[in-house]
Amino acid sequence: MMRTRPAPFWALVLLMLGGAGLVLGTAVGSQGWEVWWTAAQDPVMQQIVRDIRLPRSLGAWLGGALLGLAGAVAQGLFRNPLADPYLLGSASGASLGVSLYLSLFGGSILATAWLPRLGMTGAAFIGSVLAVVLTLTLARGVQQTLRLLLAGVVVGVVLGALASLVALFEPQVLQAMQGFMLGSTSFVGWTSCALMAVALSLSLIVAVALARVLDALTLGEATAQSLGMPLRQARLLLVAAMSLTTAAAVAQMGLIAFVGLAAPHAVRSLVRCKHSGVLLLSTLMGGALLLLADVLARGLLAPQDLPVGVLTAVLGGVYLLWRMKPASEGRS
Amino acid sequence: MSIALQTRGLKVALGGHEVLHGMDLDVTAGHWTCVVGPNGAGKSTLLKALAGLLPFQGQVLWQGRSLLEMARRERALALSWLGQGEATSLDLRVLDVVMLGRLPHQDWWSVPSPADHAMVEAALKATQAWDWRERSLGELSGGERQRVLLARAMAGNAPIMLMDEPLANLDPPHQVDWLEQVQCLKAQGTTVVSVLHEIGMALHADDVVVMDKGQVVHHGPCDHEATRRAMEAVFEHRIRILLADGQWVVVPRSA
Repeated sequence: MMRTRPAPFWALVLLMLGGAGLVLGTAVGSQGWEVWWTAAQDPVMQQIVRDIRLPRSLGAWLGGALLGLAGAVAQGLFRNPLADPYLLGSASGASLGVSLYLSLFGGSILATAWLPRLGMTGAAFIGSVLAVVLTLTLARGVQQTLRLLLAGVVVGVVLGALASLVALFEPQVLQAMQGFMLGSTSFVGWTSCALMAVALSLSLIVAVALARVLDALTLGEATAQSLGMPLRQARLLLVAAMSLTTAAAVAQMGLIAFVGLAAPHAVRSLVRCKHSGVLLLSTLMGGALLLLADVLARGLLAPQDLPVGVLTAVLGGVYLLWRMKPASEGRS
Repeated sequence: MSIALQTRGLKVALGGHEVLHGMDLDVTAGHWTCVVGPNGAGKSTLLKALAGLLPFQGQVLWQGRSLLEMARRERALALSWLGQGEATSLDLRVLDVVMLGRLPHQDWWSVPSPADHAMVEAALKATQAWDWRERSLGELSGGERQRVLLARAMAGNAPIMLMDEPLANLDPPHQVDWLEQVQCLKAQGTTVVSVLHEIGMALHADDVVVMDKGQVVHHGPCDHEATRRAMEAVFEHRIRILLADGQWVVVPRSA
């Protein structure tokens, strides 16, 4: 594919897509398409848009942006195009956190009351962060990429198995866990949006500041070191940024598949640029992808609300299969 | 003659095994020094230790100063490194790859200066890679990539250049081009240290370090008989170095 358009052009396109997604997102309700601007004077409609549809849509964009950024950081840091945000075990950690919370305190994953909501979000966040800490401990730091990847796989498998075990002993947890495992934006409110916006801003600043280290790492570890890059500190900060973004997204929306993996790939298929560009564009791409997928998930089978994670898994899988074709025909 | 790099009692262990056993070496400033030896002799390990890319015991001195006492950036400005199989991601544009060589010259938040752009252009033109500047590494062949990576190392404009197997993937005409580039670098006062498997090319260097089993078995100028004999000996006399048309050539000797 000819990648002749510059990065700012695609940034504008993705921002516009995000904006269009937000408008569409506020027009999809529990009864399907309900265009709010024709009933702008209706106070009930105003409240629905303000308190439900807008935060949910904005939350979908923010969650996708978090995953897109985390995916771009993971792929740059581990120099592996298959790296995704859940690589360090954060997804399994979050699952275990939520399953433990549900088995101890009961309740539904779709609960909207603030206390259980906060409890589950907190459990997912703590589980996610603890899993990454465990991975880092097992890998004895961030210096050795292969050890880190292996530790991430081990932690992911073990914590995933523990989460399944909890669900096995507490069958009522199993159903509630389904919502979390499939990923959904239906319980995202303004508080979630604020949390995700803070995590995104902090992580984006860290990642873009360290983009030149990721650029240097494309030439290998030794060369990056020879160029005077502070690899140890940069790795630590980037892993922290990746963990924060992933934990923030998973805690608010459950496990959304493929967005983190596909967004950086989609960006690289559109434009050839340095990591500063890839990070920013993957953020915008992730946001646009998840928001549009969420609009589809809500509108496709309305009034049935399809979990957006199911849709991203199907669409992401098809997209990556399609992307594999030109990759396998590339020059050796 | 001044000394650009020195090692004193240099020991390196990899995976618990000592690979270099207390090496003393003086690299002459402004010379091209070539390190040769059989596989596993410790050539690349020596080069990495000289670049400060491996933990080591003993001392590596740059103009009399310990490498370990130098700040990261100061070391990057003094030593340019070209490793084996460098590029792991092939998405970056050639221009961006070569600009990475200028990182030690740039402040963290600054954009490349006109001087950076000029150095990148000069390096790309010297390696005849300027025409591909807008292409990505993935669109180039192995040999073309190697020339871009050489340009990246040259763009750093460091007084010392360390190259590990720089001729990998280069066809004979471009190996000759590389030789000319090394001569140009030398003319500018750059000290070049390279590890080469192409013994015929290594014989064009000013000095040769012959290594075996983690030790220097000989260090001397190429035009000395003892140097050539040491090279034949370290390869178990399976090669012969002969003079043909005024140049040293390497021919295999059957057992």
